[in-house]
Amino acid sequence: MAEPKKTYDTLSVAITGSGGAGAMTTGGLLLDTAAKAGWYGLQTRSVGPQIRGGEAAALLRFSTQPVEIHGTFFDLLVALDWLNFKSFAAEIRLTPQSIVIRDPASGDLPEAVVASGAKIVDLPIKALAAETEGGRINMVALGIAAGILGLSQEIMAALIDERLGSKGEKAVSASLACTMTGYKSVEAPGIKMPLTPSSRTGDKHWIITGNEAVGLGAVRGGIKFAAAYPITPATEILEWLSSVFSDIGGTLVQAEDELASINMIIGASYGGVPALTATSGPGFALMTESIGLATAAEVPIVVVDVMRGGPSTGIPTKSEQSDLNIAVYGLHGDAPHVVVAPISIADCLFTAQWAVHLAEAMQVPAVVLSDQFLGQARAVVDRPDNLAFFAKRQTVTKSAKDYNRYALTANGVSPMALPGMEDCQYTADGLEHSPRGSPSTRAEDHLSQLDKRQKKLDDFDFGQHWADIDGEGDVAILTWGSSTSTVVEAAKMVRAEGIDVRTIAVRLLAPCQPEQMAEALEGVDKLLVVEQSHSGQFLKYLKAHYDLPTKVATLHRAGPLAIDASEIYAEIKKGLGA
Amino acid sequence: MTAENKHGMAISNLAELLAYALAIELDAHERYMMLADQMEQHNNSELCGLFLKLASHEEHHAQEIRDRAGDIELPHLKLSKLKWPGTDSPEAAELDEAHYMMTSWHALQMALKAEQRAFEFFEGIVANVDDEELKRWAEEFRDEEAEHVEMVEQLLERYPKPSGSWSEDPDPPNLQG
Amino acid sequence: MNVQAEIPYKASAYKSDLKPVWCPGCGDYHVLLSMSKALAELQRKPEEVAVVSGIGCSSRMPAYLNCYGFHGVHGRALPLATGLKVARPDLTVLVAGGDGDGFSIGGNHFLHACRRNIDLTYIVMDNRVYGMTKGQPSPTTEPDWDSALSPGGTGLSPFHPLVIALASGANFVARAFSGEVNRTAEILVEAIEHPGFSFVQILSPCVTFRPEQRNWKDMIHPAPVGETDDPGRAARRIMTDDNFNIGILYRGTRRPYDTKSNQNPKALDQLDTGFAI
Repeated sequence: MAEPKKTYDTLSVAITGSGGAGAMTTGGLLLDTAAKAGWYGLQTRSVGPQIRGGEAAALLRFSTQPVEIHGTFFDLLVALDWLNFKSFAAEIRLTPQSIVIRDPASGDLPEAVVASGAKIVDLPIKALAAETEGGRINMVALGIAAGILGLSQEIMAALIDERLGSKGEKAVSASLACTMTGYKSVEAPGIKMPLTPSSRTGDKHWIITGNEAVGLGAVRGGIKFAAAYPITPATEILEWLSSVFSDIGGTLVQAEDELASINMIIGASYGGVPALTATSGPGFALMTESIGLATAAEVPIVVVDVMRGGPSTGIPTKSEQSDLNIAVYGLHGDAPHVVVAPISIADCLFTAQWAVHLAEAMQVPAVVLSDQFLGQARAVVDRPDNLAFFAKRQTVTKSAKDYNRYALTANGVSPMALPGMEDCQYTADGLEHSPRGSPSTRAEDHLSQLDKRQKKLDDFDFGQHWADIDGEGDVAILTWGSSTSTVVEAAKMVRAEGIDVRTIAVRLLAPCQPEQMAEALEGVDKLLVVEQSHSGQFLKYLKAHYDLPTKVATLHRAGPLAIDASEIYAEIKKGLGA
Repeated sequence: MTAENKHGMAISNLAELLAYALAIELDAHERYMMLADQMEQHNNSELCGLFLKLASHEEHHAQEIRDRAGDIELPHLKLSKLKWPGTDSPEAAELDEAHYMMTSWHALQMALKAEQRAFEFFEGIVANVDDEELKRWAEEFRDEEAEHVEMVEQLLERYPKPSGSWSEDPDPPNLQG
Repeated sequence: MNVQAEIPYKASAYKSDLKPVWCPGCGDYHVLLSMSKALAELQRKPEEVAVVSGIGCSSRMPAYLNCYGFHGVHGRALPLATGLKVARPDLTVLVAGGDGDGFSIGGNHFLHACRRNIDLTYIVMDNRVYGMTKGQPSPTTEPDWDSALSPGGTGLSPFHPLVIALASGANFVARAFSGEVNRTAEILVEAIEHPGFSFVQILSPCVTFRPEQRNWKDMIHPAPVGETDDPGRAARRIMTDDNFNIGILYRGTRRPYDTKSNQNPKALDQLDTGFAI
């Protein structure tokens, strides 16, 4: 039972329901309300395989600090019904300190809930909704949750008005009434889990998903053309770009398949327009041949892979970090290219923007490895700064006869003529070629062009962005992608006990940065590698390309369950012999 | 004033006739040059040399026509006006008769047919034209082509027809792609 | 000395210095001539023309023209060209390739390029064989053509590219024969000028693997019925097509794909409002 005077710096809430109950809408409104009131937060969802009417869980976490992963346990569960709850049971872990709001009319409690020892509070949600004409249970649930958290009624009411306004006045007033009903219903039982008041105000916050952040980073980086083939969980990037391109002057073409979308962006980029596509594992696999074409012909492109459970069709709606191999090694031949991976939802903006800059500067494909978790989670983040990275391709500025498109230059980057420039006509080619661009089978041409394409990457100064490094000590955790937030949280737990630990979250996966990594690992003799991959792709990649300390432990697991901070904490303690 | 040869080509004045005559020689030159390049790429150096020679003859004929045209401004002939009697420019060698192992005999056969077609082209104009001046010019061109035919026939006497196995290549084709 | 009316770009201006490696006798030499004559007729600036191809003998075309070119991967010329044309509507974009590249691995893109009706001109040099890989049947090969990969012939019904193009929504459908250099050039001029997706199938004999195609020049003939802008009429005409009808089959009036982008774009920071709370 929560103590009356206690406030929560961090609180995890789950709203579950099915068959059109509207649990997701509730979750969204709850997050938005909290965000407006100044809290940080995160919302993810778990759904069944049905297109509609399936079981749905809105999983939320609120905090006074930026938060990007769920806690180990949920403090509050509001269940609209118990249908197929068992599919979430593993994700919604409860403790005896948790509160479960349930409608007594919804039947027996699931075993897992009973076994957890959580405190069950009966509230007749259906009946409460029936008190209002056109009342809906999910709006009652919204009021219940808001009341328990102590969120401002005014802010909530204003949001409902704004968000549901398009459904008509009747719908809005019914929703408001239900929310009020729910809000009042928790006064009597005295269940309160109030969030610690926030000193911030909502105007410094954004709510954004990783997919939206990738889109925004891309356009800020200069992307003006996109080709789209829908695939879960990347489609939102393409739909967002489509919705903004008409305003900002870009174009999107819907392709017939991924073989088309990758080639469309190569064509657009060859014409001088920075171009991007987004896909997931299966689509990326189709694209590999042509990413190789872009590498060989030195045409800059950005390809976003929002990773999901693999291999093959895998688990489309769940996250995993198992496309590292195909992203780094998947092109045939020796085809050096850039692979970057955002380390958080907020970082999706930076990394996408950086990727555009890198692709254009080096005239090379840049792959952005995001994942379903980052891509589809909604997070409250600090309003991002405007960054200096923008597409800056070296092009031919005045016409020159005897133009050599693939001239051997000091840093490997040769100026690109764009169609329309007089006297510089050339044919871009996947065939190996001479500096002029004519097809060549000669050993010296192959060697010099391979060297050139490698040099572009070797000579480039990636600066400090290759990784985010924090902390000191001889114990380090190496990770990448969405595992980063979990690692950061675990590091907090470890440091809270006075133990030093370093965290290294790699953002630049290819090309490798041996010098920088050596510096980051200096003095480290115990290393823990954390990743969401069954075979430990990241560990193997590190062993192949970097010198690691002698004592290396690994925590790697496939999706769909996220690695929890407490597991990492336990591994660290184990490694220290504690 | 217009002359139409039996296949429908309309020639309205001398400037046009000269333009056609020049076009024929330039097309012929271009094809021989293409053939010379093809032979060079396929390591048939004897034929490369022969086609270069034939090309330079055509260039010479083209220059002669320009000289004889004097100050007359020759119109640019658009595609719609270039409907040749056959499938292609009369004096242009038929590229699809080429073979990477062809012999000089074959090349001269191509040239012979080309000159014969050119002869027939001008013969057709002579037969159909009314205007006296045009007729005279056409006759001159026709007679010159007749001379070219003779020249090629004489050259051919130096080259016997090759045996049936001239195109046998012991090596199989290369896989390229 | 005579004065000849000068035009800025003669046909020769469109040919590059690179000497083709096609077999002597290959129909593609004629197509190279036709393409350069067509561009000269239109007086397009060479630097504003782009030729995009896939893989195969005929896909080597871009390097032999003095325009911008892209020699892409097998079967993917059409999406390459699509991206280029949408991003750069100011360019004249031609697509070149063979029957294997275009109708086998490229088949799906062919359907959708016709359907999308982007302003491109797609030139397929059809020789009914995979030449570059030494002679395998292609989707337009006759069912009884014997080969190492399909002894005795495939027994499969060949594709009829004009039918597919028409059914998929191409705005201009024509067939030409490589040997008729000027006639082909004329058809290409019409194709390039016509808005939307123009498809020209050029019968272009393969001297090395299909030497019997030497007789094509005796089998081609003008189409008995003239061109039409009515897809239904074109469909009926094509029912009697013996695959050697030369000429424009269909010149339609479908609206081409809209490539226009916002000429007065908003500033990027306007996007922030979508995320601010």
